[in-house]
Amino acid sequence: MSALAPAHEALTILIADDSPADLLLLSTIVRRQGHQVLTAADGREAVEVFTRERPQLVLMDALMPVMDGFAAARWIKQLSGEALVPIIFLTSLSDSADLAECLDAGGDDFLPKPYNPLILGAKINAMDRLRRLQATVLQQRDLIAKHNDHLLHEQRVAKAVFDKVAHSGCINAAPNIRYLQSPYALFNGDLLLAAYTPSGDMHVLLGDFTGHGLPAAVGAMPLADVFYGMTAKGYGLAQILREMNAKLKRILPVDMFCCATLLCLSTDRHVVEVWNGGMPEGYVHQVATGKRTSLASRHLPLGVLSAELFNDCTEVWPMALGDRVFLLSDGVLETADANNQLFGVERLQQVFAANREPDRLFEDVEQALAAFRGEARDDVSMVEITLQSGPALRASGPLYADSGQSCPLDWSVNFEFRAETLKRYNPLPYLLQLLLEIHGLRAQSGALYSVMAELYSNALEHGVLGLDSRLKRDAQGFAEYYRRRNERLAELNSGYVRVQVQVVPTDAGGTMTLRIEDSGPGFDVDKVLAQPLDIDRLSGRGLSLVRRLSHDVRWSDGGRCVCVEFSWEALA
Amino acid sequence: MVDVHLDPVVLSGLQEVMESEYPKLLDTFLDDSQKRIEALRQSRGDAKALGRIAHSFKGSSGNLGAVRLAHLCQRLEAESAEAAGDLEALVDQIDLEFALVKPLYESERQRFQM
Repeated sequence: MSALAPAHEALTILIADDSPADLLLLSTIVRRQGHQVLTAADGREAVEVFTRERPQLVLMDALMPVMDGFAAARWIKQLSGEALVPIIFLTSLSDSADLAECLDAGGDDFLPKPYNPLILGAKINAMDRLRRLQATVLQQRDLIAKHNDHLLHEQRVAKAVFDKVAHSGCINAAPNIRYLQSPYALFNGDLLLAAYTPSGDMHVLLGDFTGHGLPAAVGAMPLADVFYGMTAKGYGLAQILREMNAKLKRILPVDMFCCATLLCLSTDRHVVEVWNGGMPEGYVHQVATGKRTSLASRHLPLGVLSAELFNDCTEVWPMALGDRVFLLSDGVLETADANNQLFGVERLQQVFAANREPDRLFEDVEQALAAFRGEARDDVSMVEITLQSGPALRASGPLYADSGQSCPLDWSVNFEFRAETLKRYNPLPYLLQLLLEIHGLRAQSGALYSVMAELYSNALEHGVLGLDSRLKRDAQGFAEYYRRRNERLAELNSGYVRVQVQVVPTDAGGTMTLRIEDSGPGFDVDKVLAQPLDIDRLSGRGLSLVRRLSHDVRWSDGGRCVCVEFSWEALA
Repeated sequence: MVDVHLDPVVLSGLQEVMESEYPKLLDTFLDDSQKRIEALRQSRGDAKALGRIAHSFKGSSGNLGAVRLAHLCQRLEAESAEAAGDLEALVDQIDLEFALVKPLYESERQRFQM
């Protein structure tokens, strides 16, 4: 009997047996095997000792006075909760019904009398392995639960922050935007931003980051920063796209990027300018004709190409009042049915064709998705922007750090922007910032920016590039106009646009004169001005806009030079 | 019928396991067995009580190598459950068998007189 199985770890073992000789024998064997022994002479004592001492394993005689081993085992199993306290029944029970009762009561094994120390040692070790396994499982379960709680908490916080970032623009305030984002679309990397430019145009971005969850959401922060900051300062789509691309390229790992559609909707000029990199086709819906123009992806997503290779070319489409732009995320097209068939563009276009009430388009799409799949996917984003007349809501003005005391009042500057600059630089945000140094003009900054933007683009497009605005009389010509604009700008190697700003104080306040001159051939001023103000025509819009917004416009030098004046009253 | 009264191999095994506790184990067994014998005598006619006592006695006598005693206890346990056979005759046999092995254990115990 020398081969006692060595114990891996000393356990505290409770032995309950009403026979003193058996109890003594078993206690001695167990103690020799290196464990600590607690004893009880009946079931009730066993439960008491267990409650007090919490042993790790129990050897229990089945038939005992006062309380038998079955009842005691049930108590002990209940007391030990989720932890495994193995109970080995000490019995020579030969009746299978009794053996079954041992198992029913929670017994894990049997040890027959007379005792064999070798088998006893092996059983204790086996039970100890089970006990530890259970303890490890419980510990890991609790750890996983803890980590999961932690993760959910982080995601809740991140989502709250993210919701604020993504919705701090005019997305909820603008009456002409409708959007639908399923609750988790946002956290699946879908991003929807909207903001007004200083001239009252609206910029909208629908983006989709690769990946899911927190990593996808992280990239949205810098993107939103650039979008809101540059839109408020009057930058155009090209500059904003370049900045977003460069920033994402710099901070994101190579396998992360952002598919995006960025658009500028201009109520003043009745156009939408669009850049689509990697998003599904959006649509311009002409309400009058029912025609849908596709806004297809022409570029790689943001954050993929280096600044040198990045292409900021946009497309411009005319829109009439009431026309709508519809954008969607790939969650719509990639909704799959039970056979892994994708919803796809064709089914979407069937929904378009069947749609009778334009205001219920989202609901129609959702219903079609649900019918297709049986349930809606949780990462679907859709947005629809309508071209509406009436005063645009403007971004709340930039915050000024100065008090107004240091405002300059008597100065002038002259710029000459030549071919290489005209090709790649938009001086308007810079000029606007300069003019906003004049505090008296801040109240008119929207009109000022619109007029300045219009005169500058007239000087560039009709003057330097020699484009004929009559091309824009229909939608096809419109597209052709912008195609030629990009083409001629790319080939430009001479010409200039000169800008002069002159500020003089007056008795009442001050006057700012903006003079813009170009190197083009000029135009017949009298003939153009003889045309009535017509805001619904596609061509010649610029001039009627300028004449509406500023009371004093003068052309000179055969139409090559234009001058506008803005005055203000002294601030109280 | 098993005719081994006391298995010497079991005894030497017990001595090895128990070491210095061996005499105490013998004392405990003799003392406990005496109580069970008396309990059996008092429970004549109560089959259920006889069965319970026999079950317990069977365990300890088996552990201590009293082979025939354990066997008789097992028969009593089984027959009391079926309420069959002559239980009183079996109790008498157990009484006799214990009277026979008791001196054997006592003389084993004498070898370790302190």
